[in-house]
Amino acid sequence: MLSRVAESLYWTARYMERAEDLARLVNVHSNLIMDLPRSVELGWEPLIAITGSEAPFAKLFGDEMDERNVTRFIIADRRNPGSILSALFMARENLRSTRDLVPREGWEQVNDLYLHARQELKGGIAKRKRYDFLRGVIQRCQQLTGLLAGTMSHDEAYEFIRIGRNLERADMGTRILDVRSEDLLPHRAEDLTPFENIQWMSVLKSLTAYQMYRRNVRVRVRGSDVLRYLLQDPKLPRALLHCMSEVEACLHDLPRNDGPLRSVTRMKRRIQEANVPELAESGLHEFLDDLQVELSRLHAEIANTYFLLDRAA
Amino acid sequence: MPIDWKQYDPGKFYDELISSPGHPRAAARELCKRLRQLSDEELMERRDAAELAILVMGITFTVYTEGGSIDRAWPFDIIPRIIPAREWQKTEAGLAQRVQALNLFINDIYHEQRIVKDKVFPEEILKTSGNFRAECVGVEPPLGIWAHICGSDLIRDNDGRFYVLEDNLRVPSGVSYMLENRHVMKRTFPEIFEHQNILPVDDYPAQLFDMLASMSPRPQDYPVVTVLTPGIYNSAYFEHAYLAQQMGAELVEGRDLVVTEDDCVYMRTVEGLTRVDVIYRRIDDLFLDPEVFNPDSVLGVPGLMRAWRAGNVALANAPGAGVADDKVVYAYVPDMIRYYLDQEPILDNVPTYVCHDEKQCEYVLDNLDKLVVKPANESGGYGMLMGPQASRKEREDFAEQIRRNPRNFIAQPLIQLSTTPTIDGHGKVAPRHVDLRPFILSGQETNITTGGLTRVALKSGSYVVNSSQGGGSKDTWIVDTAKKTIGG
Repeated sequence: MLSRVAESLYWTARYMERAEDLARLVNVHSNLIMDLPRSVELGWEPLIAITGSEAPFAKLFGDEMDERNVTRFIIADRRNPGSILSALFMARENLRSTRDLVPREGWEQVNDLYLHARQELKGGIAKRKRYDFLRGVIQRCQQLTGLLAGTMSHDEAYEFIRIGRNLERADMGTRILDVRSEDLLPHRAEDLTPFENIQWMSVLKSLTAYQMYRRNVRVRVRGSDVLRYLLQDPKLPRALLHCMSEVEACLHDLPRNDGPLRSVTRMKRRIQEANVPELAESGLHEFLDDLQVELSRLHAEIANTYFLLDRAA
Repeated sequence: MPIDWKQYDPGKFYDELISSPGHPRAAARELCKRLRQLSDEELMERRDAAELAILVMGITFTVYTEGGSIDRAWPFDIIPRIIPAREWQKTEAGLAQRVQALNLFINDIYHEQRIVKDKVFPEEILKTSGNFRAECVGVEPPLGIWAHICGSDLIRDNDGRFYVLEDNLRVPSGVSYMLENRHVMKRTFPEIFEHQNILPVDDYPAQLFDMLASMSPRPQDYPVVTVLTPGIYNSAYFEHAYLAQQMGAELVEGRDLVVTEDDCVYMRTVEGLTRVDVIYRRIDDLFLDPEVFNPDSVLGVPGLMRAWRAGNVALANAPGAGVADDKVVYAYVPDMIRYYLDQEPILDNVPTYVCHDEKQCEYVLDNLDKLVVKPANESGGYGMLMGPQASRKEREDFAEQIRRNPRNFIAQPLIQLSTTPTIDGHGKVAPRHVDLRPFILSGQETNITTGGLTRVALKSGSYVVNSSQGGGSKDTWIVDTAKKTIGG
């Protein structure tokens, strides 16, 4: 399999996952704002912080982080390289050059989703239609995942798609935890007000993990339990540990995997060995920061091994 | 109001489907009958469904504009063009004969040049050919074949006969649209396919792959076949990707390939470097190898010509094959057929005046208002003079160009291109001009597409069928009326 193609598939998967995660994030945040009492001042800033796009946002909108600007920026703005529309565009561009490798329906799906989104988002999106639109994006992204799982040969090309998807998922997961913990962790772990409960629920919901949490953890929604679940659960698709296990499994089936495998194993160990109750009290931000650095190292390791092969020759 | 074939009048032109108002040709009877059974709304529904299918399937071509390149949905007309099977068989024989002679010509040109020595083909034309590659002299490609894939453009004149307008021997494109058009039509008119003997077209990718694989320099192994594309911004990228996918071949760009010191070609893969045996290249000669040709080319692969000349990789079409893809050389193809094969041409050329010849040039200059003048080495309909429609000033300017460089021009009478029923901008059926591009594969055997790509000028009265200049396409049906289908 061509290095260039592996790289494109990897990025296609990352961008599709990014679009899906962003859609989910905006929806959950909208709900959270509706649920919180008026006295709690939760604005739209966290979405900008999670996506790490403070600078590009300020350049376009100044410091007006209101609902209209933020949602527009994150959903529909092509000037924001991290918007849903940009992610869909980039997924399509990457897939375009590799569409001889994915089943034809996969390309049709991505192409159609981008064209649909561009059409729907002409001149922004009305608040009333936002939920339906975002739900549509999530569904179609998941449809693609299912379509590829069900029709594409589970060969190397597929492994690169899985790696891209899981790395992006892990990346977004750590960002969500990081920002949410900033404004959510009150250092009063035992003092559960109903609203904190709602906030932690929103973290779970951002990662579509609420229902699974109730089923598997069976305790009230509490900070450190949520953290442990989202970081260390081996079975939850969006838990960090699970994402890394997926990447590890994919790498096992690829040639010349020594370097990347070492990185992912080191990363898994860090996650498993983390003392979560302690982290919930202090040091979570630093811990997640470290994981982010490790994630970008893992990406670099994969890129150097498989994508940048001998390019100087 | 359903279609009233009595109201459809192609006038003085030969029409592919209708012989006279109200009377469809035998092979088109079934289609015309079924189209008549559709109301206007139903017909529009079918058209919209086809358009949607094209958009969703992502069948696009790229148009270059000042603002960058734009992907456009492929313009498609849902009324097919029909050719009776018996007529097609004869056309196929003519194409096979023609391409055989062309390959013998190219091989001769890069070896003994017998045809020049025997004064059948003028030496000066060869000397001034833009597509002759000195780097190819003496090379022995597998089976002595240079033009493995040829796309010849056929047109039909008022007399109802096919003529060859040109042979594309460099990187002819369009075959993927031929295949996709059939795909769309099966979605659009499934019931018609059930009731007619429409010959299938989808063998092409398998035949192409077999031909390419047979060229491998390492026949004992399972050959690694690749399609070399200039990349996603090329107007035919869709086709490159499509063919690679249909053949199960790797779609590569120049930057994916490397020629190492052993003069072999390798591609960069996740496993490391992998040897490449056959390259179906969709890049023009001059961009293939910056070591030999255009040193600024970033599309090609340094050392590729070295590897090819050493026989370590097969290229289709072979570099230099374009020497026969020249509108002046075209004029000599009937002579080549007589010279190499000792046969009379089955398919005729359009009468052609070669400005290189003084007498013919004089005639051309005296009759510019009646002729179409074309430069020898342009494609896509660029740089032409349509004499009958041009202004006096345009003709005078062009005459000056011809005098300055007569070798570069040929002239042909304006052929009255045949028409075929097409849905116009108002949803009505109207005659529009068409041509036909079949594709000929030459390897151990010769294979010709069933029909080919029918291109249609979508504007009323227009002869310009190029997709880059407002043309569209149609599905082409070779219909066998002799055999009855079950229940048909």
